[in-house]
Amino acid sequence: MLRFIVRRLLQLVPILLGLSVLLFAWLRALPGGPAQAALGERATPEAIARYNELFGLDQPIWVQYLRFLGRAVQLDFGTSARTGRAVTTEFLERMPGTVELTVFAMVFAVGVGIPLGYLAARKHGSWLDSTAVVGSLLGVAIPVFFLAYLLRLLFAVELGWLPGSGRQEVRIDATHITNFYVLDGLLTREWDAAWDAFLHLVLPGIALGTIPLAIIVRITRASVLDVVNEDYVRTANAKGLAADTVRRRHVVRNALLPVSTTIGLQTGLLLSGAVLTETVFAFGGVGSAIYDAIFARDFAILQGFILMLAVVYVLVNLLVDISYGLLDPRVRVR
Amino acid sequence: MGDVRRQRIDELAARAGRVPEGEGGVSLVRSAFRRLRRNPVAILGAVIVVVFLVVAAFAPWLAPRDPLAQTLLSEVRPGAIPGPQEGFPLGADQLGRDLLSRLVYGSRQSLLIGVVSTVLGAVVGMAVGVLAGAFGGWVDTVVMRFVDILLSIPSLLMAISISVLLGQNQYALMIAIAVTQVPVFARLLRGSMLAQRGSDYVLAARALGVRHGRIVFGHVLPNSLSPVIVQATLSLATAIIEAAALSFLGLGDPDIARPEWGAMLATAQAFLSVRPALAVWPALCIIVVALGFTLLGESLREALDPKFRR
Repeated sequence: MLRFIVRRLLQLVPILLGLSVLLFAWLRALPGGPAQAALGERATPEAIARYNELFGLDQPIWVQYLRFLGRAVQLDFGTSARTGRAVTTEFLERMPGTVELTVFAMVFAVGVGIPLGYLAARKHGSWLDSTAVVGSLLGVAIPVFFLAYLLRLLFAVELGWLPGSGRQEVRIDATHITNFYVLDGLLTREWDAAWDAFLHLVLPGIALGTIPLAIIVRITRASVLDVVNEDYVRTANAKGLAADTVRRRHVVRNALLPVSTTIGLQTGLLLSGAVLTETVFAFGGVGSAIYDAIFARDFAILQGFILMLAVVYVLVNLLVDISYGLLDPRVRVR
Repeated sequence: MGDVRRQRIDELAARAGRVPEGEGGVSLVRSAFRRLRRNPVAILGAVIVVVFLVVAAFAPWLAPRDPLAQTLLSEVRPGAIPGPQEGFPLGADQLGRDLLSRLVYGSRQSLLIGVVSTVLGAVVGMAVGVLAGAFGGWVDTVVMRFVDILLSIPSLLMAISISVLLGQNQYALMIAIAVTQVPVFARLLRGSMLAQRGSDYVLAARALGVRHGRIVFGHVLPNSLSPVIVQATLSLATAIIEAAALSFLGLGDPDIARPEWGAMLATAQAFLSVRPALAVWPALCIIVVALGFTLLGESLREALDPKFRR
């Protein structure tokens, strides 16, 4: 198992190097290049020349790349043109929000998706099954931001049941230690702050969780239907095991293998791709920061955030691999 | 990394690579088509797709009005956008233009974006996949490493970076979406080709002394295409939804002379509380078309996959 993990970790090195080359090239290919990125669009030519000299942009390209890489390894991606703060600081401040949102969305997707998919498979052909199948197709076809707007309009604007923007009411004077607002509230025993932060997760979390929900329902259903027809299930039934035992020990266990992979992959995607949902709910995580950066043409932020999010995505996928190896011994052998 | 995602692409490829037994000497394509025709889901998907293609093709004849004419502009007030009325079955948009006509014309641009970006992504991806699958060895290693790097960037972030790089126009939008599809197609075709490598007909051809190039292009490639076709159908749906997402992020096509569902939906969000229909109609179009392509793609997968044969 250890060799398996080490091998996977080593495979990360070329991927991460490749990513750094791509994003380095990306910033350079932009009209104006890195100087414009750092100084903003209205920088004067003199300022740009000075900047180029100061940061060694007049050096050969490979020297520039090595410097970029050296700084990137130390998590230094320059400063935001808009706020003047370090990109990494901005990222670390905003990532906890996205993590909280992802956790909520995935708990929702898994909590509803697995039971629904399992029931649909057990009642194969029933109205519940058809509804689950149609629903899961719709869930993937609906543009996320439209769904987010609908939820917000209905439950926040019209009915006023849930908050429709931000991460916490401003009037709640909450103490923040970790920037995970719900966690902060629990740590400082400011229960109302924690509850309020939690309520702010509900609508964006449901919007964000819809696609994973649809996919999990589909995979669970297909996987249970597959496993039920396996020889070992027939054997277990034939040797007279109670139906409940067969389901618990043979069907569910094996059927959840592909589901666990899907859950992992979707978690990685949500952590890196909540741009649309966060924007609609002005959530203040990494996603809405990317949206702001697109508008402000804040390229340093875009470069740093995309690189760091890709690394998060890659690492989550690695964890999925490893856990898959733990769950299914057959994978390790290869 | 991304190993699980890669495995799933490879699995699909390998599964479709299994050479099935013919049904009484009927070719795979023909028997697949026969099964498609018997599948109501496939028919539904096909009908949806054909209807929208017809609408797009005949937009100038089907649309009741000019999609750009601001006929009802005088009736647009802050907080009030004209609803359905005589001659305007779905009402007007925030600039007094006929919504129905804009939807009809919008189908052209939306489908065009979907088709062009998918074809572009598929062609480039297939070229890369053939390169890796046909040569093997170090070419394969280098090419696939590059593909893996591309796969390690979440597709929306990749599309955003490319859009920002290329600027805002319809071609940039298509290219941005196409690039996100390239690694998927490359990996799929390569896996599918590798699965064919050891099959009997390839060995037979090799034993007969057929040249390598001829084996690859004459035998292996045609037999490896079915997962690519399935993926392309599904990608059409994704591409249209992704185009809407990019429009929403302000990275769409700024040309107002070309109505497009994604852009219409994105603009309509600002008027959601005034007239939700402005957003609901283009959203419905996107959902139904995406559903059509998805249903068609999934049934194609079933029809071409020997595992599903009964």
